[in-house]
Order: sequence, then C-alpha cells, then structure tokens
Amino acid sequence: MVEAIAMAHGWEMQHDADVVVIGQDVGVNGGVFRATAGLQERFGKDRVQDTPLAEAMIAGMSVGMATHGLKPVAEIQFMGFLYPALDQIVNHMSRMRNRTRGRLSCPVVIRTPHGGGIHAPEHHSESTETLLCHIPGIRVVCPSSPARAYGLLLASIRDPDPVMFLEPVRLYRAMRQEVSDDGRALPLDACFILREGRDVTIVTWGAMTIETLGAVAELDQRGISAEVIDLATLSPIDIETILDSVSRTGRLVIVHEAARNVGVGAEIAALVAEHGLYDLQAPIQRVAGFDTVMPLFRLEHDYIPSVQRIVDAVQLTFAD
Amino acid sequence: MKTVAEFEIHYRRILDPRGKAVAPLPQFANDTGEVLRMYRAMTLVRTFDAKAVNLQRTGQLGTYPSCLGHEAAHVGVGAAMRPEDVLAPVYREYGTQLWRGVTMAEILLYWGGDERGSDFAVPRQDFAWCVPIATQTLHAAGAAMAFKVRKEPRCALAYIGDGGTSEGAFYEALNLAGARALPVVFVIVNNGWAISVPVSSQTAAQTLAQKAVAAGVRGVQVDGNDVFAVREVVGEALDAARRGAGPCLVEALTYRLSDHTTADDASRYRSGQEVMDAWALEPMIRIREFLVNAGHWDAAKESALLDECAQAVEAAVSEYLGTAKESSDAMFEHLFAELPAHLREQREIARKYGSRPSGH
Repeated sequence: MVEAIAMAHGWEMQHDADVVVIGQDVGVNGGVFRATAGLQERFGKDRVQDTPLAEAMIAGMSVGMATHGLKPVAEIQFMGFLYPALDQIVNHMSRMRNRTRGRLSCPVVIRTPHGGGIHAPEHHSESTETLLCHIPGIRVVCPSSPARAYGLLLASIRDPDPVMFLEPVRLYRAMRQEVSDDGRALPLDACFILREGRDVTIVTWGAMTIETLGAVAELDQRGISAEVIDLATLSPIDIETILDSVSRTGRLVIVHEAARNVGVGAEIAALVAEHGLYDLQAPIQRVAGFDTVMPLFRLEHDYIPSVQRIVDAVQLTFAD
Repeated sequence: MKTVAEFEIHYRRILDPRGKAVAPLPQFANDTGEVLRMYRAMTLVRTFDAKAVNLQRTGQLGTYPSCLGHEAAHVGVGAAMRPEDVLAPVYREYGTQLWRGVTMAEILLYWGGDERGSDFAVPRQDFAWCVPIATQTLHAAGAAMAFKVRKEPRCALAYIGDGGTSEGAFYEALNLAGARALPVVFVIVNNGWAISVPVSSQTAAQTLAQKAVAAGVRGVQVDGNDVFAVREVVGEALDAARRGAGPCLVEALTYRLSDHTTADDASRYRSGQEVMDAWALEPMIRIREFLVNAGHWDAAKESALLDECAQAVEAAVSEYLGTAKESSDAMFEHLFAELPAHLREQREIARKYGSRPSGH
C-alpha cells in the first residue's frame, strides 16, 4: 500500500502544479514509511519539503498555504504526534470556509499512519479517528487496500475541503496488489461493499478488514453468509449503503480497532437504530478495541480485535 | 571562554511625544497628502472604536476588543503594506484593516455575531480575525511559503500581542520563517498587558524583539505610538522580505488605553496613574502636533475631520444595524464546498425549528 500512496502523490503532483508535499522526513528520506519516496527527486525541494519538527506548525502552515493557492499534502509521522496540530485543525482548517462564508478555503490533506500491529514503540499505534470525526468541516478517510489508498488519496487531494487521511500501518506492506497508475479517483463519502452476503452485515475499515475477512471465511464454513462493508470515509458516514445492507441481512456487527467508547461504531449503531431498527432481527454488536490505553506491543494483539471475537459477535446475533 | 554569538536590538523613534522630529524624516513624511491620509485614518479608527464600544454598552454589539491607543501602530503597518500583501490580524487591528479596505460595517457584523463580516469585499485574500492566540502567525508563514513556491512577489504580515509571544505557535512560525527565509513580517503589538498579565510576568526577556534572535531572524523595536517610525520600520522589513532577504520581527511598543474587551474591567489590575501616564504618550497627539507645527492643520480642519469621521461611522452603523441576519441555512452551506447528505437532513431540522430572520 505504501507504494500506491507514493504513486498517487506522484500522479497528482505531475498533473497539478499546486500540489505540495510537506512534513518531517518526507523529502530526502522519502518518509519514514517511504510513502513519499522519490518525490523530492522528481519535483524538487520547493514542492516536497522537509519541514522543521513541529506538528502544529505543519498544520498551521498548511492553512496558510492552502488559503493562498497551494494544495498541501502534509504528513504527520504518527497519529500519536497529531495532537499538537488539532488546535489548527479544529480552530482554523475545518472552519475557514464557513467563517469566511466561502472567501477562503483549505484544500489540505493531512496523512498520518493509523493503528497498531507492527511492534512499534509507545505512541505509534493508536487509532483515535473518533477525535477527528467529531470535528465539523473536515473529512476523515481510511483506506483498506493499495487500490483504495491510491484512489481515495487522489480524491482527497482533489477535494476542495480538508481531509484527514489515515493510513493503517499494518497494511503498508501487508498486501501486494496491482494498482494501475491511471489517475482515477475513488468516491469520497461512500462505503465499499467488499463482499456480498445474505445473513449479516459487518461494517469495518482500515486494517480491521484483515480480521473481518478472516472471520467471514470461518463464518462461511458455518453456513453464515456475511456482507462486508468497508466504511472508507469515516466522516461523513455513508449510512444509506449500510441501511440498505441491513435491510437485506437483518443483522449488524461493527468492527473497529479504535476504543469502543464514543467510537465511530457508536455513531453507526445509533444511525441504524434511528433509521433501520425494524429491519434488525437481533441487537447490534460492536467489536472494538478496549477502552484502555493502547498497550505496548507485547500485548497489542490482545487489544486489536481478533478473528475469533468477530466470529463470536456475529454468532451472538444469531442467538435465540 | 569565547563568545560565539551576540545580539543587539535597535529601537526606532522619529517623532517624540510632542511631535518633534528626533530623527530624519522618511520620504513619505514629506508628502503632506500622505501624512494627512494617515492622520485621517487614525482619527477615523478612533472615532469608530468609541462608537463600537458604545454599541456594545447599549446592547447593539457583542463583546468587542477596543483598539484605543493602537492607532499609530495599526495605521503605520497598513500604510507600509502593499494591497497585494496578506494580513493575518489578531482581533483589534482595525486601523490596518480599514486602510486595506475592510469596511467598518464588516467589522461590526463580525463582532455583532455574523460570519459575513469576515467575507471582506476587499481585501479578498486577507485572513479574518484570529481569536486563538498566536495561531495566525503560522498562517502568515504558510501564505508566505505559498508566495515563495508560486514565485509571487508578495509578503505576509502577521500581528501578535505581547501575551501571544509566550505561545508555542509563535516560536514555530518564527523558526519556520527563519529556516526558509520566508517573505513574512511579524509585528508584536506590545501594549503592556495580556488581559491582566503584564509583560514583566510574561517573560524574563528584556525585549520581545529579541525572541527573533534564537530563530535567526532579525528583531527590531519601534515606538508604536509613532506612526512615522512604525511605517518606516515595517516598510523596511517588508521591502527586505520581498527581495528575498527573509523575515523580520518588529516589536511595536504602545499601550492599551482601553479594557482588554468590553467584558473586561482593567481597573481591577492596573493603576489609574499608569493609564494617565500612558495618555500623555498616546499616538494622536504627536502626529497632530507635527501637522500643526508644519502649518497644515488647525482647529477648523480638526473639527471638519471629526464631523466627517462621525458621519462615516454613522453610515456604517446604519448599514450594520440594517443588515438582517442570515437564515439558518448559512450554518450548513459554507461548511463544505458541497453539502454532504447528513447535513441536508440537519438543515431541514434547523429550518423547521430555527428562529425567524430578523434584524437586531
């Protein structure tokens, strides 16, 4: 997936001179995960800039750049380091268009690695998307494969409003997939049905598609046909696709790596309860990270929901 | 032991508090029309400011931060900038904004609780007011970065208060500007007080201008009550930035003669004597005396100017008070370029339950 991300950058920079990449180590080093590899050689130091080490600065300068003709794509090296930037994201980036009644706007993408599972140090494994989804005026996107990373990143860069682009670290190198470098964007604000099924709808996103698809294989063997929806855009939520699926399956399980409390899963459950309660044949189940601090890596797989937890949650929806 | 770095901070003043030139006059100060233009701008913003406070006191405006005492700093900066430059204000630099084309009605709309006040007809690219302290310095640095990347011969200028210089964002902006030699000027309006906290409690630094030194940026102090000195110093800084010589930090020393905002009572934390002393140094006196001594000003002209300013302010107040509030749709329509589905539903709820459009 990391190559697909670099490729999307390359395509868009080639075709839009206003796209500028900034961040720590994104230039000479090509990013700590290599997501911007080769870009500085291709596009020069003005358009691929190693910034001083300050996250609030990266977000704040993005606001200034975006309101004055550029389309910055900024990398925050790890999600655990995003928080100093929240001041700028909440107070300026997300509301610039609204507070100036459209006079100024912020076509910014902030990319940051998301989630755990790669034996990283402390503060390098969190999935705190719910903090971002609560902010009006921004989009939050999380791809689940190389092809989706490519198409969604292109869409995010082209979007006239701020997008937080969360890249699941477990997927950076987990999966090989041919992605054609054709500049074709995928739609934002839309779910993707990864697999059709009859009996239960499972909504998930990012790296949890791995465990979810693993669970689906097991459920198949038990005669349960699960439909899997990749949420992809976490805010705003494409609830229509989910409601449509639930109206056919009658059951909903939501799977996410982030902590359960006030998680995106809670919002999906609430929306389905409001608009699709009578389609449900069983209570909604959530399989989520625990409401604990993300542990250091010896315990990280005790934290990240397992295939078995998902299988069990699905089976609960079939309990009498 | 050897000294590896040294610095000095220079202070500039051209007119003393009685309007006597204590340094060579800059070119623009020999152009009477230009000096009168600056004096008029200072008089207008002082007239406007008093009216705005009055509107708040009579329930016709929200909380309002006065600019009383800052007229020279604000107009001097405005006059030094070019129209194509970009301003990132804090929230009381009306003197600069009016010079650049923001209208009094827009200022009143903003403090009267209406976002349309920030949709300046002119200048379209200036930032709007920035309430979160010091965050605007990064926007100016970012805009300057855009000018540099796009090879546009423009500068950004960010204001910051003395209290704001304690914020991390200020250091980050200075550092970035220095590291990339950005065409940006930061102007600290040091008015002595961050609400109730004096500069002496804010920092152990002898000057705020020297905060530039650690970032490798030039720092200079100026008498912020001297409109000639402010215009000259900021003009030099902008010229340097424009020709690629990098950023500058200007500390303008002035005094906040008003409360912090209309919600504040400064008598709780500073002495009346201190404020009285500051009035003796306030910025209108010296430019007026300068004009009188040069034979360009008298009581009749002063009276006519005050009338003209009062009329302009009244017209703006009428425009503001006559502007009906937006419909609740406005909350939704400007959030994104295109309204997402879930907001369409919420817009309907707001339409159904929202208050009726009205004036004030």
